[in-house]
Amino acid sequence: MRSDSHPSLLEDAASGSALSRNSDLLFSRGTAVIAGGSIVLLVGLAVLLIHDSLPSLSRYGPNFFVTTKWDPVFEEFGAAHYAYGTLVTSILALILATPVGIATALFVAEYAPRWLGDPIGFVIELLAVIPSVIFGLWAFFILTPIVRFTIEPALKAAIGPLPVIGGLFVGPTIGRDYFTAGVILAIMILPTIMSISREIFRAVPDTQREGMLALGATRWEMISNAVLPYARGGLAGAMGLGLARAMGETMAVTMVIGNSSSAISASLLTPGYTMASAIANQFTEADKEIYFAAIVQVALMLLVVATIVNLLSRVLVARITSKFSDAA
Amino acid sequence: MLDGAGATFPAVLYSKWYDEYFKLTGVKVNYQSIGSGGGIKGISDQTVDFGATDGPMTDEQMKAARGGEILHIPMALGAVVPTYNIPELKTPMKLTSDTLAGIFLGDITMWNDARLVADNPDLAAVNKDITTVHRSDGSGTTFVFVDYLSAVSKTWKDRIGVATSVNWPHGLGAKGNEGVAGEVKSNLYSIGYVEYVYAAKNRLGFAWMQNQSGAFIEPTLESVSAAAAGAAANIAPDLRASIVNAPGPRAYPISGFTWLLAYRTMKDLARAQALTRVMWWSIHDGQKFAGDLGYVPIPDPIVEKAADKILSIHVNDRRAFPHS
Repeated sequence: MRSDSHPSLLEDAASGSALSRNSDLLFSRGTAVIAGGSIVLLVGLAVLLIHDSLPSLSRYGPNFFVTTKWDPVFEEFGAAHYAYGTLVTSILALILATPVGIATALFVAEYAPRWLGDPIGFVIELLAVIPSVIFGLWAFFILTPIVRFTIEPALKAAIGPLPVIGGLFVGPTIGRDYFTAGVILAIMILPTIMSISREIFRAVPDTQREGMLALGATRWEMISNAVLPYARGGLAGAMGLGLARAMGETMAVTMVIGNSSSAISASLLTPGYTMASAIANQFTEADKEIYFAAIVQVALMLLVVATIVNLLSRVLVARITSKFSDAA
Repeated sequence: MLDGAGATFPAVLYSKWYDEYFKLTGVKVNYQSIGSGGGIKGISDQTVDFGATDGPMTDEQMKAARGGEILHIPMALGAVVPTYNIPELKTPMKLTSDTLAGIFLGDITMWNDARLVADNPDLAAVNKDITTVHRSDGSGTTFVFVDYLSAVSKTWKDRIGVATSVNWPHGLGAKGNEGVAGEVKSNLYSIGYVEYVYAAKNRLGFAWMQNQSGAFIEPTLESVSAAAAGAAANIAPDLRASIVNAPGPRAYPISGFTWLLAYRTMKDLARAQALTRVMWWSIHDGQKFAGDLGYVPIPDPIVEKAADKILSIHVNDRRAFPHS
């Protein structure tokens, strides 16, 4: 570079960029290292979990995932009922939270004026700040009696006699069960679903809306024919992230699920266990090597399931985002 | 400065002790109540100077310890009481070993079962299902409770066994004494088990247990202490002893020791001296704090045996405890 012989604006810029190219390289490498670090962290975590659960992995093999006997005394470990509890409570939470979350997001993004919508969104997002032990205490003392004496008897009376789905509501209503756990989880994942859905709706290009309105559509027709189809993938992603959050939640669920290792039952009124609450409850006193390994294996199982759900939802969110850039 | 970790049940007593001891001597003892399992792991891996547990270590665990032979030194006694929520019952419920085991095994499912009514006529009118509540977290309280059930019921011993957490045949699980107590309070016609100290402090209704002599014994500091004294005569030399179902006409049958765990052979003389002094003080002068905090002091015959253990701790063939 001989900028002294041919000074020009162009070359000035070029010489300047030699310096900035170096710092650019430095910066990009730096961010790459940091980003790589979190991958190393995840891989390291997985390796550690596999290593610590080896005694249990090799001793119980695939049976660990399909049997339901958890007996620390006689060293028989199967965690299918824990996995079942996690899935049932998380899916129930999703079923309860999704309509509320998406409806709120629609109101905030499509109907409400900004001065009203923004505070509503803000308040719901504040729910995400409350520590889960507070949710747990609230659920233990306030929610459980309501569920036990009002909601569950009503559901049992209304749905219990029906064929097939009636099976979801049989047995005594004690309020410490899958149902209560699902309800508290629904409240806890509501901010996740609501705020992501709202951003998805806001990302829908206005040209879509204008197109529908120009055809003489009403607000609702515009939303149902233009906004919702466009946002479908992203909404699925929001649900996926909510589901992942529900699966990992520990404290609040532990306080209301009943912590009962009894066999799998279809009824939501059964006290149960989730993977996370099993770990939280039993980790400190797992004094035998095989017991400890079995609990670590439950953690491994949870990590794998949560990773799969997270990946699926990322893919779905990525799909709507690319659609958006195609349209633009 | 000494580091210890382990059982949560004696944590209140230990922090009181180490606080008092610091005022007396300026020696700081740091105790982390992470649970008995953590205490056993900590002493086995030599990451702490002493461990603490409510359930004695198994032979297998003793062999796995990296620093050689581990001593069990009893520090205090804990008792476990069945607590229940039956408004109809005006006098304390009376339970035998058979009825208690029957309830938690699921053989007795109704409160008006003839076996219960035999000792509690008022229950005849209580035609309700029994809900049982147990600890969901691993716990020394559970250990003592199932240790008793195993001692009195062969079915329990063969089907469920003894550990800090077991495979409960049925019932709800709740975390901690306060969790079990809360669950029992909020569920009519339920029964659970909690530490005696906790039950007494919170004025929970608790059952009287029938002991070996056939008497129904109210759990009190005296009746628990009587159980330990009754068991002292035939206690195992390493003090890893279970004292459930102890003989003696006044002995309350569901109780157990809580132990400190230390190596017989230590490497660091200064630490060994400090540790033996703390333990010596705890089993002698320290015991007077136990009653006020609601723990049961260990009776004299056990104090003597514990003192022998402390004296046996040595560094390079030299006794660690300073004076003979």
